[in-house]
Amino acid sequence: MSSSEEIFEKVQETLVDALGVDDEDVTPEATLVGDLGAESIDFLDIVFRLEKNFDVKIPRGELFPENLAAADAGFVDDGKITEKGLSELRVRMPHANVDKLAEAPQVENLQDLFTVEFIVKFVENKLNQ
Amino acid sequence: MRWFWIDRFIEFEAGSHAKAVKNVSLAEEHMHDHFPGFPIMPTSLMLEGMAQTGGILLGKTHEFEHIVILAKVPKITYHSWVSPGESIVYHATLNEARDEGGSVECTAKVGDRLVAEAEIVFVHLDQSDPELGKIDQKNFVFSSGLLDILEVGKAGDGT
Repeated sequence: MSSSEEIFEKVQETLVDALGVDDEDVTPEATLVGDLGAESIDFLDIVFRLEKNFDVKIPRGELFPENLAAADAGFVDDGKITEKGLSELRVRMPHANVDKLAEAPQVENLQDLFTVEFIVKFVENKLNQ
Repeated sequence: MRWFWIDRFIEFEAGSHAKAVKNVSLAEEHMHDHFPGFPIMPTSLMLEGMAQTGGILLGKTHEFEHIVILAKVPKITYHSWVSPGESIVYHATLNEARDEGGSVECTAKVGDRLVAEAEIVFVHLDQSDPELGKIDQKNFVFSSGLLDILEVGKAGDGT
């Protein structure tokens, strides 16, 4: 089984290839969208590369859930994620720092859940399954 | 001018790989502007040829049920250029083919000379998708017209 450090290094390499960023930019706390400039299409590319580099299967929506801010689900109210939405996030993204989001639950902060560390934890969990 | 940047498939192994030929001709108008006195095949159009080869290969895995859109080119390197009278062979290998999209690796060669190599990521879109109207159709890898290449691309001897 790979150590966390090995997984981090491979995730780092994956993100360098997918996003064209430098090694040193890919720190554990870096956010994919805000810090590393990822766009929505990059998420699909990242999933492809993680599958290949770690030899795992990542079904659609498992790493990057879709329709998180869908208006009709009652997860968002007045530009903020509701308690119901936060609980849903804790279920669907168990490796994300939802507590931090809960401190400032504006919808625009949702993308900050996707950090490098979040991907490392996700992969770690996948490999342990 | 039709937006066809491959002339014919010479190999098509669904779910695996495909090879297509593009014959470069001085009759193509853009060659005279690119560049005056030094006509060469524009690299952007070679990328389009690779995307058409790879996009049709991907489209076939789902029997063209989805619209395939060129979404991202994570890597592309050009090693050489192509002059009129030369034939480019695009060789696309399918890396991923999922419901939401796929990716290919592709090379462009003239004979044994490697001209370009690329990785291309595509996404799928369905006719019913509300986002469809927002996307410029130029980004679609193929339309029914281009798919005809699969049917008509046979040599006189039937191969």
